[in-house]
Amino acid sequence: MLEPLWGWPPPVLDPAGPYAEKVTVLAWALFAMGLLVTGVVIVALWVAIKGPPWIKSKLGGEKVVWIGGVAFPAVVLTILLVWGLTLTASLTQGITGKETRIRVTGEMWWFRVQYLGPNGEVILNDANEIHLPVGEPVVLELRSADVIHSFWVPHLSGKKDMIPGRKLFLRVQADKAGRYGGVCAEYCGGPHALMGFVAVAHERAAWEGWLAERHAAQAAAPAGPAMPGRRIFLESGCGACHRVAGTEANGLIGPDLTHVGSRLTLGAGILPNNHGTLMGWIGDSQSIKPGNRMPSYSMLPAEKLDAIADWLGRQK
Amino acid sequence: MKSETGFDHALYDLFPVREPRPEGEVEELNRIWAAPRGWGLMTVVNNNYIGFFYVAAAFLFFLLAGILALGMRIQLAAPLQEFLPQGTYNQFFTMHGTIMMFLFAVPAVEAIGILLLPQMLAARDLPFPRLSAYAFWAYLVGGLFFFASLFVGLAPDGGWFMYPPLTSITYSPGINTDFWLLGIGFIEISAIAGAVEIIVGVLRTRAPGMTLDRMPMFAWAMLVFAVMIVIAFPSVILGTLLLEIERAFNWPFFDPTRGGDPLLWQHLFWFFGHPEVYIIFLPAAGLMSMMVATVARTPLVGYRLNVLALVATGFISFGVWAHHMFATDMPRVSAGYFSAASMAVSLPAGIQVFCWIATLASGKIRWSTPALFVVGSIVLFTMGGLTGVMLGMVPFNWQVHDTYFIVAHLHYVLLGGMVFPMFAAFYYWNGMTSRNPLSERLGKWVFWLMFTGLNVTFLPMHLTGFMGMPRRVYTYLPDRGLDVLNLTSTVGAFILAAGIALFLIDLARNFRFTTEHDAGNIYGGGTLEWLPTGLYSTRSIPLVRSREPLWDDPRMCEDVAEGRYFLPNSATGLRETIITSPVNAEPQYLQLMPGPSPFPVAAAIFTAFFFLSLTIQAYSFAVFSGIVATLCVLRWLWETDRPIHITEAEIGGGITIPIAITGPTSHGWWALNTMMAVIGMIALMGLFSHLYLYGIHPEVWIAPPGLAQTAGIAGVLALAFLSALASRRVLAGHDAGTFPGQGPWLLTVLGAGLLAGALYWDVTGWQAAGLSPAASGQGATVFALLAFQGCLVAVAIIMAGYLGYRSGRGLLTPPANVTLDVVVRFIGFASLQGAVISLLPRIFPGG
Repeated sequence: MLEPLWGWPPPVLDPAGPYAEKVTVLAWALFAMGLLVTGVVIVALWVAIKGPPWIKSKLGGEKVVWIGGVAFPAVVLTILLVWGLTLTASLTQGITGKETRIRVTGEMWWFRVQYLGPNGEVILNDANEIHLPVGEPVVLELRSADVIHSFWVPHLSGKKDMIPGRKLFLRVQADKAGRYGGVCAEYCGGPHALMGFVAVAHERAAWEGWLAERHAAQAAAPAGPAMPGRRIFLESGCGACHRVAGTEANGLIGPDLTHVGSRLTLGAGILPNNHGTLMGWIGDSQSIKPGNRMPSYSMLPAEKLDAIADWLGRQK
Repeated sequence: MKSETGFDHALYDLFPVREPRPEGEVEELNRIWAAPRGWGLMTVVNNNYIGFFYVAAAFLFFLLAGILALGMRIQLAAPLQEFLPQGTYNQFFTMHGTIMMFLFAVPAVEAIGILLLPQMLAARDLPFPRLSAYAFWAYLVGGLFFFASLFVGLAPDGGWFMYPPLTSITYSPGINTDFWLLGIGFIEISAIAGAVEIIVGVLRTRAPGMTLDRMPMFAWAMLVFAVMIVIAFPSVILGTLLLEIERAFNWPFFDPTRGGDPLLWQHLFWFFGHPEVYIIFLPAAGLMSMMVATVARTPLVGYRLNVLALVATGFISFGVWAHHMFATDMPRVSAGYFSAASMAVSLPAGIQVFCWIATLASGKIRWSTPALFVVGSIVLFTMGGLTGVMLGMVPFNWQVHDTYFIVAHLHYVLLGGMVFPMFAAFYYWNGMTSRNPLSERLGKWVFWLMFTGLNVTFLPMHLTGFMGMPRRVYTYLPDRGLDVLNLTSTVGAFILAAGIALFLIDLARNFRFTTEHDAGNIYGGGTLEWLPTGLYSTRSIPLVRSREPLWDDPRMCEDVAEGRYFLPNSATGLRETIITSPVNAEPQYLQLMPGPSPFPVAAAIFTAFFFLSLTIQAYSFAVFSGIVATLCVLRWLWETDRPIHITEAEIGGGITIPIAITGPTSHGWWALNTMMAVIGMIALMGLFSHLYLYGIHPEVWIAPPGLAQTAGIAGVLALAFLSALASRRVLAGHDAGTFPGQGPWLLTVLGAGLLAGALYWDVTGWQAAGLSPAASGQGATVFALLAFQGCLVAVAIIMAGYLGYRSGRGLLTPPANVTLDVVVRFIGFASLQGAVISLLPRIFPGG
């Protein structure tokens, strides 16, 4: 089973960074306001129906409408509005350009993740997993390759849509190292329900180490062992859609598999990543995630699936 | 009170008239208003029947969409279930939302209006009974076809707001999306028809003396409702047209690679979509205000505040649409504005809630099923409204947008704000259409099951949303804490369904449709719909002196039934009603009303065939159906403008008023104006789309054709306008009873021809300038505007031909003629609008 990345306590109320935290405070305040007003209305209704005549006569005039229906809401709403606008302003402060930048592209039905260098060049390709340094704002450049998607990691921030033809920016920040679940929140057809990802926050040094490791692996890739899985992977045409650095596989349609072995999940955040699930995914992805763009390679015998999974599992 | 029309208010003192009426008048009314029997019932146009059919059809769609919801709840009862396959589930939630919003909620409130308004206003019928019949049949046939798409797996699956590019031809190549556009097309037709009917009905057919200040609250709500439809629906009409054009002809309105923008759809959709929520809610609030007064047995507290709240809601609701788009990264200022407006709209809602509470406090409640539903609705609507306030807070919205929190919010608002009042109304007004009252004992069970079911279903969903469950998911992963909450919601859905099933049992046992021997005023309401009625409504049309005339004048029922008020008989031997002035409801003239006819239903069926065959790409049958539908409409209009020999009629108390006049006082003039407002709004939204796309992708814009050509087009349109006016002049120059010659209709033909010429010049001019509709957002919007103008030109040509035919038959009677008046004003309008459509894109400096 996939490790539970959310659930109880609800991630919206369990913030892991400053942007989500401010909204959590607001959420509790709104929740209290809602309870209070519902209570007032229910009590007023109760008294209006069952109350003693002297209270009823006080309730039964236009004055009550002015107080309860106009003055009271106007005060509450004004307070809320000012708070909301201030908070909106603080959450949408300009981007300095010095932040770590990661490009996330929504595709039917997975997330392409590209780490950008200081000049906006892609320094690392990955999928369905976003690694962030802790304690600093990270700017996500959100795009879409096809239809509208929406990027949401409730522990870290509110959501933002990924819109074809536009480039939207979202700042997130995690103050605690850990793993946080994310999903696509805008209905994007077919298996939209099964389009998730994981955000992983590391301490700054660990994060740099993680990046460096990926670079080292990429550089060392050609020297990797000539395993049978590699041959079968290439023979089966997987390279038409997938890229594995250092091999002839250079397809760009599907997720980059150069580091697939080190990912936490498969199928865009829906399966834990291990040898068995990898075999199962390659052999029968269509019953695990119906409608996804990868055909089931059910024609491959188990030993070939096993070999491919074995080789892919080592691509870290 | 100052007289509005010159009508002498002292004449009101004549009523109730004391002299007895001659025998046989009621029998004659019964004969005139008798409904056809057997299959002939299909041709019925009277509001008692059409209104009832309409409510029944809307309720049928409510049940069908409810069954879809149960299917979805079974699928979500546990994680990774396979009860509904993914594709089917996606069709289910799309159809559930679409049917509930478009085929149930809007038609249901409209239907209740058509059923109740004439009686509430003591009119004999609504002013355009055949239009109602047409709208109903088009809606029923179209809606059933639309629903049937589920059975062949072709139902739309893009969600009820159908965002492109998911719904564009690239990502939805099947005809599923076209079915959605088809279904929406019907509801657009019936909503607009209903709006015309209701605006004119409420403003012009009220009982004498029923000033705006004495109008039942439901009539106020329906007036605001209808005006909102006129403003809001054009936006979605345009949106659906653009999406269909993009799908069929590849014009890139929403394609960012060619200068379109997916967000244009969202603006067009939500400019309609959010007001639509209030379009649904306001009539229900109007019903609530009336029922609250009756169950508390006291007049509504804060009548004028309530009217103000209705109007204010209507206004503000047009400024909140983009709160559905906070996550699309709008500028901070816009977000602030839409946030503030979204909060402001809760003020009028608060006014209404407290008016109801104050009314309950000032009276003494008599518990009954409607009372339970009314009180339950106040609680539920308040809860839904509060989550709405929360959603207006931008940062909070970013978190819960598109999650189950939204699902919970919208169901509280819609069930609490519309469905519960509707059930209350079913019980409360059942006595008007059924021989027997519904069971009070079962009714209490119905209420408690529905109330419990609703809360058990939707209360947990707030939390499911907080826990990260997005909406529109056909399944969810285990071990995320969502299992128990979802199972609870499923159980709740079945409790809710049990309540509705029990209501159906109650209906089966007790509901017996009747137009004459109804169960009557069970709950003791004080408004005019509780007068004794037949198919002709009330025997005589009462003089209204207060807001609850039946409470204030205990003799009124008897006086009305004995014919002691206005129009105690049929003055002309035909169907007729009194048209009164819009503010003070002073009697102005007698309108003759059409009776049963097969042509509205035939026109509706062929309209349905027309759209359906377009959808399934049977183009030749589409052309055939289109022609038959047009001929049916013309045939039905043929009888509406008959020359009549009597020019005045006595309406009781010795008062005489004229019969069927033309000009600004006529109800037809008001109806055409409403239609022109709708057409003008569509054009306005089209121009907005044009400018919007320039703002997003100016790089694909090219220079417009030269100014000389533009001036020439404007000149031709001016000539079209003048020739239409000249036609009316020529007709007015002839005396009554003489033949006006061929001049008047030929001038309208000239006008229509000039319109066509200007359009041709316009289109070829842009083509010569190098603009192509498929190439860019500019091309797509310019040619879409011109295509829209083309539709107007086609209608103008048909109208001018029809006028010629009538002229040949000697029906073009000078000095004033309703048909000619309509044609002239339509051509005049088309030339003015054509000028705006043509000039703006040509003069706009963006080139």
